[in-house]
Amino acid sequence: MTMAGGNFEKYKSDGSLAGNVLEWVDARFPATSMWKGHLSEYYAPKNFNFWYFFGSLALLVLVIQIVTGIFLVMHYKPDASLNAAGVPVAFASVEYIMRDVPGGWLIRYMHSTGASAFFIVVYLHMFRGLIYGSYRKPRELTWLFGVGIFLVLMGEAFFGYLLPWGQMSYWGAQVIVNLFGAIPVVGNDLSILIRGDFVVGDATLNRFFSFHVIAFPLVLIGLVAAHILALHETGSNNPDGIDIKEKKDEKGIPLDGIPFHPYYTVKDIVGVVVFLMAFSAIMFFAPEGGGLFLETPNFYPADPLKTPPHIAPVWYFTPYYSILRAIVWNFFGLDAKFWGVVAMGASVVIFAFLPWLDRSPVRSIRYRGPITKVMITLFVICFLILGYLGTQAPSAMGELVSQICTVFYFGFFLAMPWWSRMDKYKPVPERVTTK
Amino acid sequence: MSNQGKVDCGRRRLVVATAAVGGVGAVAALVPFVSSLLPSERAKAAGAPVEVDISKLESGQMITVEWRGKPVWIINRTQEMLDTLPKLADQMADPNSEVKSQQPDYAANPTRSIKENLLVVVGICTHLGCSPTSKFKAGAEEGMTADWLGGFLCPCHGSTFDFAGRVFKAKPAPTNLEVPPHAYLSDTRILVGEDKKGA
Repeated sequence: MTMAGGNFEKYKSDGSLAGNVLEWVDARFPATSMWKGHLSEYYAPKNFNFWYFFGSLALLVLVIQIVTGIFLVMHYKPDASLNAAGVPVAFASVEYIMRDVPGGWLIRYMHSTGASAFFIVVYLHMFRGLIYGSYRKPRELTWLFGVGIFLVLMGEAFFGYLLPWGQMSYWGAQVIVNLFGAIPVVGNDLSILIRGDFVVGDATLNRFFSFHVIAFPLVLIGLVAAHILALHETGSNNPDGIDIKEKKDEKGIPLDGIPFHPYYTVKDIVGVVVFLMAFSAIMFFAPEGGGLFLETPNFYPADPLKTPPHIAPVWYFTPYYSILRAIVWNFFGLDAKFWGVVAMGASVVIFAFLPWLDRSPVRSIRYRGPITKVMITLFVICFLILGYLGTQAPSAMGELVSQICTVFYFGFFLAMPWWSRMDKYKPVPERVTTK
Repeated sequence: MSNQGKVDCGRRRLVVATAAVGGVGAVAALVPFVSSLLPSERAKAAGAPVEVDISKLESGQMITVEWRGKPVWIINRTQEMLDTLPKLADQMADPNSEVKSQQPDYAANPTRSIKENLLVVVGICTHLGCSPTSKFKAGAEEGMTADWLGGFLCPCHGSTFDFAGRVFKAKPAPTNLEVPPHAYLSDTRILVGEDKKGA
């Protein structure tokens, strides 16, 4: 009766005006019940640590992106035709936002910094899930909704990156859409269907705009709601990876649980303050992120006749891009290009299988042995190396290193049923620990 | 409530039939949405041939023109450049232009061109559609390897092409650069996008 989804008594007015209003609402809408179920009587483990900031921070960044996005759409024009000065209208409208719209530069930098911040926060959030086994039974659906969020977020970022209609926007989209051309038989028609033209052009820009501002955000918000509802149904995991619901007091409240509000809302506000300090520092002093957040070629308008000398995706896509480039062999009579696309897709989707690949008897890394720790460390190192190589121009050495890292990347997941069982384990405590 | 617990098979069949018909209708309603994503009539109509004046194109020079939104290169190759072609034949994935889709029949020859010196080729890498960069100088001068004889490098994934737009072996690009249909209107004018048959 204490977790989300339970029945809470409806509010009884104390006779005051506010009380009467709440009673009236409560008789018609589950206001009190939702407040209690998800906040004031949602019992979260009391031992959350640093890693538990990133879920609520992801929600904050989502709000930042939606609000700034709404205001950017008021000035942005998805139009690839050239204006009187010979500059594409879309590119010129972004310049207009930066130079002529009062406060426009700040809103745009919030949005562009927010895109990178979103991925930083989400990667850290996913890493938390990995080390504490948050994806394990019974939280598989929470994890799967999370993987869905990650996929939609990647789509959202990709579509959004075309909109400024700069050189990197244009050629990045050209390369990624052509990836679909690698699929046997239907590939070529599929890439035409995505572009809406035989080359990336005005039709492509307009549909990407539609996906970026309407279709994907709607799906994203739905998945975020499902992610949180599924989490509140099972209750949160914690750094010890043990179930707090197994030890309850006489009222049925977990002994190691504390109400999310006010305890974790207040804790999360501290996280928000620190996050916003870092966010503002980047936004005001290094909005281009040294060419990682806003790439230099994107300050030139799209030119369909000339590819910039070095093109690379934005940093958050580079690990997968490296995996794409690492595949240079033809198999089963199909092009390396096709297998590169398959490997890239698989490297993202494979996260969805984690709940069933991990056969360890305990969830948290705290009670797992050296094999797990070494594997996760190597996985993170591989991920970072792949990310770095993806920003670099192709080279023979880089290719070899990225191939080694790609093999390990997939080995980490595919061999997990074995190495997760082989490891040594420490006994798990009865109650959560706080240090 | 006399038939409580019993399934009325007639009604069940009607429900299934209604759902099936409704389902077909819902799928049919997808047709306009999917077809709206296809290239519009205007996009299909675009792509008229382009006439290019090459009277000022000196030997060893290259110009880029736009045809159907794509770069088309016209390169006036020197004898030196042409001499590299036979030497490279054994390093090429398709040295004899056997992949039919990549050139019209009249360009399926050792220089992949109508006139020996003039190469007309779509400057789009057959891997993922980037536009390769010209690296005409032999050797390591432009960041290539020492045995480089000149040609093109795709900046995206490192595919290399020779002076006939032929792709080197073991590179990401599967085929040679495409030679578009083209024809000579006179000695100094090329029509890109249409050959004699259409003109």
